[in-house]
Amino acid sequence: MAHPRQLPFLLPAITALVSVFMLAPIALSVLAGLVNNYSTGLASGLTLRWISEVLDVYGSTVSASLLLALLSVVGCLLLGVPCAYALARSRSRWARLFEELLTLPVAVPGLATALALILAYGQLRDFRQSFVFILVGHLVFTLPFMVRTVGAAFRRHELLALEEAARSLGANFGQRFMGVLVPAVLPAIVAGSLMVFTLSVGEFNLTWMLHTPLTRTLPVGLADSYASMRIEIGSAYTLVFLLVILPVLWGLQWLGHLIEKRNG
Amino acid sequence: MTSPSRLLGACAAPAVAFFAAFWLLPVVRLFALPADKGWATYFAVLTDSRYLHSLLNTLGLSLVVTLATLLLGGLVGITLARSRFAAKPLLLSLLTLPLSFPGVIIGFFIILLGGRQGLVADLTEWLGLGRTTFAYGLTGLFLGYLYFSLPRAIATYTAAASTMDGQLEEAARSLGASRWRVAKDVWIPELTQTTIACGAIVFATSMGAFGTAFTLASKFEVLPITLYNEFTNYANFALAASLSITLGIITWLSLFLARHAAGPAAAGA
Repeated sequence: MAHPRQLPFLLPAITALVSVFMLAPIALSVLAGLVNNYSTGLASGLTLRWISEVLDVYGSTVSASLLLALLSVVGCLLLGVPCAYALARSRSRWARLFEELLTLPVAVPGLATALALILAYGQLRDFRQSFVFILVGHLVFTLPFMVRTVGAAFRRHELLALEEAARSLGANFGQRFMGVLVPAVLPAIVAGSLMVFTLSVGEFNLTWMLHTPLTRTLPVGLADSYASMRIEIGSAYTLVFLLVILPVLWGLQWLGHLIEKRNG
Repeated sequence: MTSPSRLLGACAAPAVAFFAAFWLLPVVRLFALPADKGWATYFAVLTDSRYLHSLLNTLGLSLVVTLATLLLGGLVGITLARSRFAAKPLLLSLLTLPLSFPGVIIGFFIILLGGRQGLVADLTEWLGLGRTTFAYGLTGLFLGYLYFSLPRAIATYTAAASTMDGQLEEAARSLGASRWRVAKDVWIPELTQTTIACGAIVFATSMGAFGTAFTLASKFEVLPITLYNEFTNYANFALAASLSITLGIITWLSLFLARHAAGPAAAGA
């Protein structure tokens, strides 16, 4: 950047270069999953053969991951939403401390959390060998995202007034919570749920340590296919991952725009 | 205890119980474990040259990746925030898409680019330079780490740069400041908070990145891979615990320091 005059050309050029670096592998991988032979490229013709082979061999990882992600969302809703409310309303030092602790699994590498879980509960064989073990890991990792997203919504001032009004009209806590509070923070709950879902579907660092040969998720299967299969299979499998994750991401983006518009 | 606070306690109780049982307790055990093998195990990462080497590799790589990410992400973010073209929302959403990719996919992307059957190998052969591969070495790891860090930086900088005060820049320009001076005196100060926050997250993620390094089965050893090998190949639990503690403290500390330096902006770890 020694010559300031070059800057206007330099900036778009760098942007284009970075875009190619980011997008070329995605395009390449999608293409490689759809051609008959990767080394001959498009000339070998398009096929869905690799995708169907992936679904034969790894189809169970797709449904397992979807189910795990759904259960993570349910778990985060049950544990996280009431907790977010408590943390938003409480002024005690313990609440602040717990909020701080709760976010630690995000800051600490997944490997460390997984190792700790295995060392503590690895002896319980039925637990260790079931999907619940992975679910617990995913919940520990995703819970802070739900609590933070929903907690921010609970902290809004107009919501305090609304809750106060409902209380003065004689609504008990259950009525207030389900009738006033939850509907008011619903966009945040949906956003948090989509975030938890995406994080759970893509989680590898924890899951690789926690999985057993009988409990494999989509990313675990991906790592397996990359290591042992041909490039077409790996690419087709990556394409399957994209097809699973893209609708959720678009939903997340759409929701973000919606919330932005609503709040001016 | 008054009634409202009991109510709040009941709301938080399930989450507290879950978190205590499945994170706090296991982590406390993880911390206690190396002591069984003697206190020196805690410091093995500093005293054993193999682990120290792996730690320094990881620190160096993460630092370089962070600097490269901030520079490129900052420039791309400013460009995108300033420019208007029809495909911009699409480009921005495509560029941030990899945020949700597991590290293994990014490792595979690097293999597609720089592996034995990779794009670059085809290109260099076509140019008559022989088949060049870089996926499994330091270059591959660097590019992989860069790939998973850039989306976050681009998203953060684009958001930050589009809220920058245009008047300040206009004033500087009308006073005859060169573009470089504008960048130095207006852009950089305005983006400092973003830079600290984003840099800390990128650094912490790079330190703990496992999937990418795992797929690339690298010749360049990084700490997460060392840790994984100690645990699975050598069943050396105390040592694996000690390495996890080191890694966890480094990543947590970098996020913690950034949060205190940059304020609430860095909270989004």
